[in-house]
Amino acid sequence: MSVVALAPGYESKVEIRDLETNFHGNILIFVHWEEHLSFCSAIAFPLPPGMPFGAFVSEVVAPHYAAHPDAANVDWSKTLWSIDGERKSPDFSASLAANGLHHKSLVRFWTPGLSGVAFS
Amino acid sequence: MSGTKKLGLRQRYEYLTRGLDWETSYQPMDKVFPYDSFEGIKIKDWSAWEDPFRLTMDSYWKFQAEKERKLYAVIDAFAQNNGQTGISDGRYANVLKLFLTGISPEEYQAHRGFAFAGRHLRGAGTRVAAQMQSIDELRHLQTQVHTISHYNKYFDGIGEFPHMHDRVWYLSVPKSFFDDARSAGPFEFMIAIGFAFEYLLTNLLFVPFMSGAAYNGDMSTVTFGFSAQSDESRHMTLGIEVIKFLLEQHPDNLPIVQKWVDKWFWRGHRLLGLVAMMMDYMLPKKVMSWKEAWDIYFVEAGGALFQDLGRYGLKMPKYADIATAEAEHISHQNWAVFYQYTHAAAFHTWMPDAEHLDWLSEKYPNTFDKYYRPRWEMWAKMEKEGKRFYNNALPQLCQTCQIPMAYTEPGNPTEICFRSTQYKGDTYHFCSDGCKDIFCDEPEKFSQAWLPVHQIFQGNCGGATVPDVLRWYNMNVGADNMDYVGSPDEKLWNEWHAEKLRQAS
Repeated sequence: MSVVALAPGYESKVEIRDLETNFHGNILIFVHWEEHLSFCSAIAFPLPPGMPFGAFVSEVVAPHYAAHPDAANVDWSKTLWSIDGERKSPDFSASLAANGLHHKSLVRFWTPGLSGVAFS
Repeated sequence: MSGTKKLGLRQRYEYLTRGLDWETSYQPMDKVFPYDSFEGIKIKDWSAWEDPFRLTMDSYWKFQAEKERKLYAVIDAFAQNNGQTGISDGRYANVLKLFLTGISPEEYQAHRGFAFAGRHLRGAGTRVAAQMQSIDELRHLQTQVHTISHYNKYFDGIGEFPHMHDRVWYLSVPKSFFDDARSAGPFEFMIAIGFAFEYLLTNLLFVPFMSGAAYNGDMSTVTFGFSAQSDESRHMTLGIEVIKFLLEQHPDNLPIVQKWVDKWFWRGHRLLGLVAMMMDYMLPKKVMSWKEAWDIYFVEAGGALFQDLGRYGLKMPKYADIATAEAEHISHQNWAVFYQYTHAAAFHTWMPDAEHLDWLSEKYPNTFDKYYRPRWEMWAKMEKEGKRFYNNALPQLCQTCQIPMAYTEPGNPTEICFRSTQYKGDTYHFCSDGCKDIFCDEPEKFSQAWLPVHQIFQGNCGGATVPDVLRWYNMNVGADNMDYVGSPDEKLWNEWHAEKLRQAS
């Protein structure tokens, strides 16, 4: 369906507010630690697409989840990943873009053996 | 005396509306009323509109003036007797902060919206009813501001409410709800606010706040509730009249109205999640649980309403079953959001104490002990160890309702519900099928959404760090935000309490 509008040609006047070009060279990435609902939702970051996946994990993901008691026991080599709904084994030395991440991609990960306190 | 006879109410109303629906001759009617046809609604006979109240302006002013006199007398007495010291607990003030920042500005938006509908719908009865509701809504804003201004002398987080409404991340939830309704056509606005909000869901908003005030010793807020109540019954009548009128006018209106009912029910359900959290977590003396309120006011009352509307072919709103299942979860999930983002909220948060936890277990026997108590106990333990839990990143927001994507999969409370779609090469994320459907119906509209988190990243909210953004919100850091325990509010409350004990002994 498309919008029912009073003005003819409304669609041509639409300015999409979150285009990649509005983020100063970054892309928006969402990441979520599954089975750890203490973190109420996925968290959002503007990141350079050339950032290595490994740096994303060690400099962005890990520190922002550090407050959880499980965080110290995470083994990143055994983590299971899903990128935009598909199971993936990311290459830690390759960039976010080379791992298929794009503007507004959603990264979900599972840490086998660690599922918080009753998934919290 | 001359032979002038006093006119009856009905006659006076006929004189009031006489000629309001005159046919223009210099300009075509469609040019004078450009907004009431583009939505596809077909009206054959505007005069079929029934206004059961038939209120005239002189009786309207008389009624309202009388209510105002009573209200302001109560407000004065409350101030003179230091009523603020007699509320159940200092925590209660946070309910008023949420109300004033999140609800009162929407009274103003409703005022603007009904003024627009009153101008742009061409039926005389409709225009008069919409204009009176517009004045009511402005009065509600005014009485709420006046009532709560007394608390502003003592408690933090109140004084910047209009500024905060336009900028603060969670206040974009009610703001965008009304922006959506007001930027729709006048018929959709009437279904959105007049029917879905003021008729179907209103009891879930006002009953909790007003009985909450009564249970917690806030007589001034109870009085503005009473002062608004007779208006609300008129608004409810307008809400039900508009839906019956549209459905009776033309069979082609049914699918359009059904779509709006589906959309605004879901949007309303999401918005009321803030009320759910208020009822279950913020009222020091509880009225009832959100689940109980939902069962009474939506499942029972709403069910009967839709049975009645079934004769027009209207069905229960889409996803009503999902919303009912979510009534077991949303208050807990929303409180978790504010607890971990307490540094960015203009009201205080806290972990429930033992008695409160037991109340939650009793009210939510299917879900609380299994899914939420362990989290609260873990956080309380961390707090005790000096490691109070904060989320130091910004949350992913739903493109439609703008709430952090904190809701779980229908049927699986251990997994976040993620939905997404593509539009013009970009990805959009949603918290639910309900929010995704709303986007997909009008992607042109919702791709323009002002999402607070994305705006911060684009550099439009005062700077790149949390302190920069809080300054841009006009938030008084260390007073307005963070936990209740340790706040200036708590300190003041404890002083009042100690003084009372000293005087009593």
